[in-house]
Amino acid sequence: MTEKKSKSGIVATIILSIISLLWIYPIVMILFNSLKVESAITTAGVFQLPNSETWNGLKNFVASVTQMDFLKSFWYSLVISVMSVVLILLCCSMCAWYIVRVNGALSKAFYYLCVFSMVVPFQMVMFTLAKTADTLKLNTPYNICIIYLGFGAGLAVFMFTGFVKGIPLEIEEAALIDGCNPLQVYFKILIPILKPTIISTAILELMWVWNDYLLPTLVLDIKKYRTIPMAIQYFRGSFGHVQMGPMMASIMIDIIPIIIVYLVCQKYIIEGVVAGAVKG
Amino acid sequence: MVGKTIKKWWPVFVLPTLAAFLIGFLWPFIWGIYLSFCKFTTVKDVTFVGLSNYSKVFMDSSFSHSFWLTVAFAFISSLLINVLAFSIALALTKGYKGTNIFRTVFFMPNLIGGIVLGYIWQTLINGLLTIWGQPLLKLSARNGFIGMLILLMWQQIGYMMIIYVAGLNNVSPDLIEAAQIDGATSRQILFKIKIPMIMPSVTICTFLTLTNGFKMFDQNLSLTGGDPGKQSQLLALNIYDTFYARSGAQWKGIGQAKAVIFFILVVAIALIQLKATSSKEVQQ
Repeated sequence: MTEKKSKSGIVATIILSIISLLWIYPIVMILFNSLKVESAITTAGVFQLPNSETWNGLKNFVASVTQMDFLKSFWYSLVISVMSVVLILLCCSMCAWYIVRVNGALSKAFYYLCVFSMVVPFQMVMFTLAKTADTLKLNTPYNICIIYLGFGAGLAVFMFTGFVKGIPLEIEEAALIDGCNPLQVYFKILIPILKPTIISTAILELMWVWNDYLLPTLVLDIKKYRTIPMAIQYFRGSFGHVQMGPMMASIMIDIIPIIIVYLVCQKYIIEGVVAGAVKG
Repeated sequence: MVGKTIKKWWPVFVLPTLAAFLIGFLWPFIWGIYLSFCKFTTVKDVTFVGLSNYSKVFMDSSFSHSFWLTVAFAFISSLLINVLAFSIALALTKGYKGTNIFRTVFFMPNLIGGIVLGYIWQTLINGLLTIWGQPLLKLSARNGFIGMLILLMWQQIGYMMIIYVAGLNNVSPDLIEAAQIDGATSRQILFKIKIPMIMPSVTICTFLTLTNGFKMFDQNLSLTGGDPGKQSQLLALNIYDTFYARSGAQWKGIGQAKAVIFFILVVAIALIQLKATSSKEVQQ
């Protein structure tokens, strides 16, 4: 019985290993091509490994950073993501606490509107949202986070209210009797209890904002500000002849930080996904 | 007591989110519904035209093509992703060696953005098609459709697998042991115990894959761009195209009307699906 089981275990491990290798192949293939000279990256030649003739070192990476102004794009992506996620976490957790504790008709209505906003496709609001952002001058990387707060509030409020409902009232009551004001209760008691949900929500929102393409394209001035997805699409779309080498390198520059963050914070990312799904 | 004390603090706790929600969602949403009944090119020359945008939507053949393509795409991709994600999740909860590494690998594509995913797969699939002597992605609607399916599967199987693994780990081992003692086969355990017990996971995964399939935009834009001749255009891209790529005064209003129809379609499908699968959930 055990022998039979261990045998089937080995077969399963081998099959899963092969699937895993195929799974990461697309990324490995882009990596190899980013290291080759331009003439070696033909449509059918993408499967060949770089050899001594086609080896190009890091020249493609240098070219993509200089031609596409990639460091600037990286900075804009970083600023937008960090500011938006911090703002979403702070405002939405406060709001969720209020919704749960002040359980009136208005707060319930706002909660259902938030849930509703999660299902609405972005195309429904894209034109009017871009116009609104323009009118209110919310169209630079440094204040677009307000738009993200509005559009990302649905998911965050939804996740936080689900969690706050499970927190017993007594702790907060005791703190209020001892003379804390609501802000102190929120920062000293709520935030430490909410920490796991804050991490989960942060990850879900970060994955969305970092990779978002259409919202910043419509809201920001593309000539001045380009996030990484915008820069890649712009590079690909605006020149007649696309240089494949720098293109591959730019894809790698986008992926490498993501993979590093993923490998370091893997536990939290996977827990965040599960928490998001369970609350749903 | 807590409720009473914090009630008057609403300007601190609720106002920032509420204000941003009004700017970033509610106002554009209501305005969008209004504009779907109007003719406009910028927001300054709006004239009310009633239902004429909606009747023009149904005369636009590119819309009905995109509509049915999107419906087919969402259902096929949802089915494939769920079946494969569930199978992998079953294999990964059997305690084989290397389970953690496999989980890490399968989940990874999910973190990559849609635009970049599109270009990765465009390179790979066009390479294969050239070797097989087939028309490239942008030249064949069929290849484009299959390409988008493969891309979305690669992106989402890992995510759904994680949810299924969590669901399967919650099935009590006592229950399975009891069934084994009663002489249940592994097939019976799968269909009579595991699947009914993880129906909540099935509900949420079907919901996510269906809505993601309907809403897909970035991947469509970068992988095929809707080519050849709008034949691989899903609804989201078709709406974008109507708004920003067509010249002529009437198109923005028509685009907004399409967006309203698209919105109603997504909400309707989501509600029907949630009702259908949650009725199958077991009370635990």
